[in-house]
Amino acid sequence: MTASELWNIVLMQGFAGLSLFSVLLLMGLGLAIIFGQMGVINMAHGEFMTIGAYTIFLISSLVETYAPGLMPYYFLIAIGVAFVLAFGAGWLAEWALIRHLYKRPLDTLLATWGLSLGMQQTFRSIFGAKEVSPTLPEWLMGSWSPAEGLDIPINGMFVMALTLLVTGGVFLMLYRSRWGLRVRATVANRTMANAIGINTRKTDRMTFAIGCGIAGVAGAAFTTIGSTGPTSGSLYIVDAFLVVTFGGAASLFGTVASAFGIAQAQSITEFFLNGSMAKVITLLAIVTILMIRPQGLFALKVRR
Amino acid sequence: MTKLRHWLGTSDLAGIALLALLVFVVMPLSTDIFRLNLIGKYLTYAFVAVGLVMLWGYGGILSLGQGVFFGLGGYCMAMFLKLEASDPISTKIQSTPGIPDFMDWNQITALPTWWEPFRHLPFAILALLVIPTLLAFIVGFAMFKRRVGGVYFAIITQAVALILTVLIIGQQGYTGGVNGMTDLKTMLGWDIRTDSARYILYFVNAILLFAAIFACRAIQKSKLGTLMLAMRDKEDRVRFSGYDVANFKVFVFCLAAMLCGIGGAMFSLQVGFMSPSFVGIVPSIEMVIFAAVGGRMSLVGAVFGTLLVNFGKTYFSESFPQLWLFLMAALFIGVVMAFPNGLAGLFEDYVKPWLLRTRAKQPDVPPAEPVVEETTRSVASRTGDSVEPLPAPTAGRLGPAVA
Amino acid sequence: MSNTDYVLAVEDLTVSFDGFKAIDNLTLYVDRGELRVIIGPNGAGKTTLLDLICGRTKASGGSIKFKNEEMTDLAEHAIVRAGIGRKFQTPSIYENLSVWKNLEVSFPRGRGVFGALAFRCTDDVKDRIQEVATEIGLAGQLELEAGLLSHGQKQWLEIGMLLMQDPELLMLDEPIAGMSVRERELTAELLGRICQNRSMIVIEHDMDFVKRIAHKVTVMHQGKILAEGAMEKVQADPRVIDVYLGH
Repeated sequence: MTASELWNIVLMQGFAGLSLFSVLLLMGLGLAIIFGQMGVINMAHGEFMTIGAYTIFLISSLVETYAPGLMPYYFLIAIGVAFVLAFGAGWLAEWALIRHLYKRPLDTLLATWGLSLGMQQTFRSIFGAKEVSPTLPEWLMGSWSPAEGLDIPINGMFVMALTLLVTGGVFLMLYRSRWGLRVRATVANRTMANAIGINTRKTDRMTFAIGCGIAGVAGAAFTTIGSTGPTSGSLYIVDAFLVVTFGGAASLFGTVASAFGIAQAQSITEFFLNGSMAKVITLLAIVTILMIRPQGLFALKVRR
Repeated sequence: MTKLRHWLGTSDLAGIALLALLVFVVMPLSTDIFRLNLIGKYLTYAFVAVGLVMLWGYGGILSLGQGVFFGLGGYCMAMFLKLEASDPISTKIQSTPGIPDFMDWNQITALPTWWEPFRHLPFAILALLVIPTLLAFIVGFAMFKRRVGGVYFAIITQAVALILTVLIIGQQGYTGGVNGMTDLKTMLGWDIRTDSARYILYFVNAILLFAAIFACRAIQKSKLGTLMLAMRDKEDRVRFSGYDVANFKVFVFCLAAMLCGIGGAMFSLQVGFMSPSFVGIVPSIEMVIFAAVGGRMSLVGAVFGTLLVNFGKTYFSESFPQLWLFLMAALFIGVVMAFPNGLAGLFEDYVKPWLLRTRAKQPDVPPAEPVVEETTRSVASRTGDSVEPLPAPTAGRLGPAVA
Repeated sequence: MSNTDYVLAVEDLTVSFDGFKAIDNLTLYVDRGELRVIIGPNGAGKTTLLDLICGRTKASGGSIKFKNEEMTDLAEHAIVRAGIGRKFQTPSIYENLSVWKNLEVSFPRGRGVFGALAFRCTDDVKDRIQEVATEIGLAGQLELEAGLLSHGQKQWLEIGMLLMQDPELLMLDEPIAGMSVRERELTAELLGRICQNRSMIVIEHDMDFVKRIAHKVTVMHQGKILAEGAMEKVQADPRVIDVYLGH
């Protein structure tokens, strides 16, 4: 094996890590908003992601049947629809369930687990137990070979770009928009935020729904690299929670850094060991680090 | 008759007696060994639920990884049974006789050293008690000493459950993989698959479960039980009264883990196999709902809850498999939103006042003012099962409203 | 640091939160049997000081010596066991337990896991509970659920819970906040009685109350000590007047 071949393998393995990073980050971002800003554990987060994935599948089937000419373009619109649907479902879930449980975080965890079971069974009833894949537009297929023996899949790059866009958008919204200001004020001091006229109930619902919407986008991205089944979302839920806690719950930057770290660690260990052992070692490392430094990587020292 | 009623309404022993009647008399007499064996299986889950009452109801600590300890206990027992079932004669068709069949299938030619001690039953029993407890101690010590609790603890325990499941499935040569350890036949030459053995194991399991309930009840009634309630209410006050709060949490986590281990071992014995499907996140959370349905503050309620949910699961997954998950979903949401104290809470709110009201009407009884006060308050505060009457008659119960 | 006769010797204590110095190079000595009152405007660092002494917050630098033993590295429960009791600003009692249980749990025996399992409420414990309950005026409410007590009674109960441990240094954070005039009087009497054989640090805003109970007053401002001494002397200090009136 020559040096350049080895280099190519490293690059491609690194890129595989980047794809995982994208999914973890998109999942983690939504969770970080909901968990970090509101302290709510949303066990059904994976199912909101699945909503996004099924949305893509549904739209691709519709377009393929009724308007095959639009095939190259539908994907971008479908991402928007995925966001809107997941957003709406999140809005509904907050209204029906979450808002009654803000003072009982552990109970929220159980209730949202119930929600996730119900959603999974709903998916199964509608779409069947078999995994489905949307027909992707041509331009997402294939790969880009900047050099001999080096293949970088286009869908991977697309997901990367989408992730960067969403991450940037979340940062902008949280730190530049009125909504972000309201959210941060509510997190800092709920009573005071209420007193100065912020509708904290509405802010909570908006926050929860946006978190779910981002999960929907994550689902859309997910369809380009894997097929979708009723339980696809639940496969990533624990990883996504670890990403958020590992990064330090209140820190978006921490979420980005930890998603990157976890994804790279896993794909690198995967190169040396088999998949399941790589996963075990990565998770074990995270849990051990969290036991030593439970506040996560990035946390503030605050005056109590 | 009225005395009985009053006793049923006031004593927590009444619930235990009722359960004992059900488990030791009604069920063995009314059903065949096949069903009884199934009930015995449910009762092994009840160990987990009882542990969760102590950990979650009393300690306010929710673990989503109790399946880990159940599985560890179960695997310890299963390893012993598997080795006994894999003697060279009955495995002579294997390319390496004398080792468990799944090892042979995975081209392993000698028993790994760490399997060796599991040839001895005393070691296996010791291991099924010590290994879950030790793991709980390590995790609990690391987390509680650093004041990690609540949802963080739940996430970490969940991750531990995921790790163990992936590990067991990935290392199938050493663990039997996703199928687990099957074809467990005898224990010290005693065939555990016969009807008589199943009867005996059912009763052994039931006796152990009641021993566990009484042990937990004693803990609840001790100062440690009071302290746990105090900690759940005002942890800082307990700390600044000179207690090392973490130690108490570690203790109750270890206790719950050990109970899970016993349950798991009894599972392996009664059902004849052990697999990763009892270790992971899904079964772990399901076990939480057993306790929640029964009432997170009530030891007896947790057992009733376990039985009820599992009967439901067996019935529905046989008759209406699609409906079952929806029902489960409704159960999770409904218990949390509408009945946070589960069956025990319903008993407390509806049955108990009725039992006591009838009593109060009796003319020969002095006006039962304290009793009335107790019931009204309990309805108002919607607390859990009666825990311990306080020193004086006018006192309410210890069980605080579930936050 | 040299050893002293003081029951509490705080020297060069500093703590900062992300660069903000809540306590800045503070030195404070409390005598045996002394009742010290700390006053100061909001945000002066009074509560933070108590948090540091009882180990709730860890110091960035400096030393806290209790009976000549360094406390800064000890865990909270160890500091309590050494003999420092702390009452919080809002009444911190076990609302769902009876007054009796609240006091019983505070009795300093059976503090380990297995000690608590083996703990029995023996006659000496019962006598002590009765004694303390009488002292804080709750002897008639022993069986009542603590959450049903009035605000003032809750404050007394928490003081009672501390008395159960018989600490040598008792720290009270705004013990009369939210109390009626009558309750304030009773509290002043209570504090007068219980400081007979122990030292106390009290944070308080009510100047009449401070005058009535204080042996010595410390004025804090921006994490530092502004003035210290008898109440009259401190009240006449122009810097103190400036801090209180200048804002």
